[in-house]
Amino acid sequence: MIRTPLRPLARILPARDKGENPDAIERENIRLRHEAMRDKSRRRAEGRLLVLGTMFFCAFGVIGLRMGILAQTEPAEPRASAAGAGILAQRADIVDRKGRILATNFDTHSLYAQPQQMIEPQKTAERLVKIFPDLKEDRLVRDFTGKRKFLWIKKKISPEQMQAVHDIGEPGLLFGPREMRLYPNGTLAAHVLGGAGFGREGVHAAEVIGVAGIEKYYDDRLRDPAQNHEPLTLSLDLSVQAAIERVLAGGMSIMNAKGAAAILMDVHTGEIVSIASLPDFDPNDRPRPLVQGKAADSPLFNRAIQGVYELGSTFKIFTAVQAMQLGLVNAGTIIDTAGPMRVGGHRIGEFNGKNYGKLSVADIIVESSNRGTGRLALQIGPERQQEFLKTLGFFNPVDFEMVEASGGQPLLPKRWTDLSTVTVSYGHGLSTTPLHLAAGYAAIANGGRYVKPTLLKQDGPVAGTRVMSASVAREARTMLRSVVTSGTASMGEVPGYAVGGKTGTADKPKENGGGYYEDKVIATFASMFPAHDPKYVLIVTLDEPVETSGDKPRRTAGWTAVPISSEIVSRVAPLLGMRPEIDPAGLVDITLTSLSDGD
Amino acid sequence: MRSILYVFSALAVIGLAYWAYSENYRTQAAISHAERLENRIATARQRLRVLNAEWAYLNRPQRLRELADINFDRLGLMPLEAEQFGRIDQVEYPPETDLRIDFSASVEVSSGSDGESMP
Repeated sequence: MIRTPLRPLARILPARDKGENPDAIERENIRLRHEAMRDKSRRRAEGRLLVLGTMFFCAFGVIGLRMGILAQTEPAEPRASAAGAGILAQRADIVDRKGRILATNFDTHSLYAQPQQMIEPQKTAERLVKIFPDLKEDRLVRDFTGKRKFLWIKKKISPEQMQAVHDIGEPGLLFGPREMRLYPNGTLAAHVLGGAGFGREGVHAAEVIGVAGIEKYYDDRLRDPAQNHEPLTLSLDLSVQAAIERVLAGGMSIMNAKGAAAILMDVHTGEIVSIASLPDFDPNDRPRPLVQGKAADSPLFNRAIQGVYELGSTFKIFTAVQAMQLGLVNAGTIIDTAGPMRVGGHRIGEFNGKNYGKLSVADIIVESSNRGTGRLALQIGPERQQEFLKTLGFFNPVDFEMVEASGGQPLLPKRWTDLSTVTVSYGHGLSTTPLHLAAGYAAIANGGRYVKPTLLKQDGPVAGTRVMSASVAREARTMLRSVVTSGTASMGEVPGYAVGGKTGTADKPKENGGGYYEDKVIATFASMFPAHDPKYVLIVTLDEPVETSGDKPRRTAGWTAVPISSEIVSRVAPLLGMRPEIDPAGLVDITLTSLSDGD
Repeated sequence: MRSILYVFSALAVIGLAYWAYSENYRTQAAISHAERLENRIATARQRLRVLNAEWAYLNRPQRLRELADINFDRLGLMPLEAEQFGRIDQVEYPPETDLRIDFSASVEVSSGSDGESMP
């Protein structure tokens, strides 16, 4: 760079000659140089600002553009994810206690139509009706030629039907993928599983929601994506359930009954190994609820947990247990059961007008004496009786893993009079479900603890609250055993399994009040096996059974429910892996006392 | 000196750009590979589910019962009964083999020798 001198001689000398001040020239030059420097640095600063501005503009522009793109585009799943492959099924499977499938999902298709794209609506409707005979042709034609732009034709179709619809070749017929709930075992455990239907529906997917039973109770759990790879394991045993339903169905038709229910419950864990109610239905094609008539006539009605019945003499054992628990009597105490007995103006009679005279408490149970338990109940008194029945859960719906369980609200006497006390002592005037009874008998069977019935597989025995002492429970079991060996349930004996139980035959109350039917009964047999060390409680209930092999029709539980129950035990006990044992008979007390039962 | 630095940094930028480019492509290849695998897993699971459902359907108790009835002549299948349980002491022991050592021959010999020496 050429530096301009501040005092150039060429100008200084002529200025000196003219007598001017040469310093002025120097100042002038300094000024010019400063101006040049200033201009230069300004240009540089301006250039830098421009670059910086451009940079900022570009950066913000890129960010803004990216934000705009993000806001405009459809959201997409991240492409790479480790967990992606796991989540496929919408709904977790339901399996039995051994892992056999009770409910699973199945991919299928739905069929819908977009009439404005249709070419030959008439012909399409005609051919559709050939594939799906339940569709109405005139209705389809009306829909296809009308103003509708969209309509569902079928919610679920099979692959064969789908191919057949494809073969029509109509562009207005379209398929949407669907996941459907499949119950491969058909009617097996239908009431427990309930069924599933579609919730919100779109073309590309539909929600599968539980509509009844455990599907509805555990709907959230089954639909939870975090848990839907783990099946819900029930306490039911598929083969036991199948055997019980089969025997029960056979028994129901032999006994000409309207309905039947059976519950098999593990007394230590509270697991329901099998719960059956007949008539039943196919949960794959759940029937619609009845719009008229009684709900109890619908196959959807679950007699085991919704059916509230007076369960009759099966309740007598609870009266005997409480009397022994309170120390009022022991098994050998003699009670006078002779008539007449009048309570609150009503005469208390025995079955067939019998008179048993003086009986021990054990014999009252064996002979099923109404007056005997009535006298025990009067000794106990209404308050204590209510309290005891409450601890056994007879006052509230059973807390059970099915939505229908809340419908099993027991019917209690409006005023608990002395008469109620007496009638309740032999199972009349208090209506409960068979499930209540199963839980009550389980308490006697497991040594005196109330165990909540459950449908979920348990890890081990459950320590319920103690409701009676172990020794009283043992006495009660001995009584129940003798009901079978020498009492009303003699047909209930199954060699090797030492069944103990109590029969109950209750007249059905008329629906519109006003007494009881003469010829309609609820026959119940509540049993446990083996009686000396019970593992299972079995309740069998028949609705309006009649046994007609004899001269006159027989309706008592001993002739109806008991034979079915014994058939169930002989079929089911081997399936449960129980080997037949010789009943330890009289030695049982000695052995158990020396072991002191652990309680 | 300075120009060498410039050249080197320019080369480094080119090199890094090339590396980033190739890494990007490798990542995308890996992702689409994983996607293909996931699709295959999904298809396999789907298939497994259908097969499980079919297995359960074919093994439903009602069908097994009907099959047992149809094939009763050949198989003779009946429901499990209590009599079919056995105890371990009901199982016969294998026939007892005589484990005693047979000394008869040697006894005979000794007795024979005795007999010989006796007279």
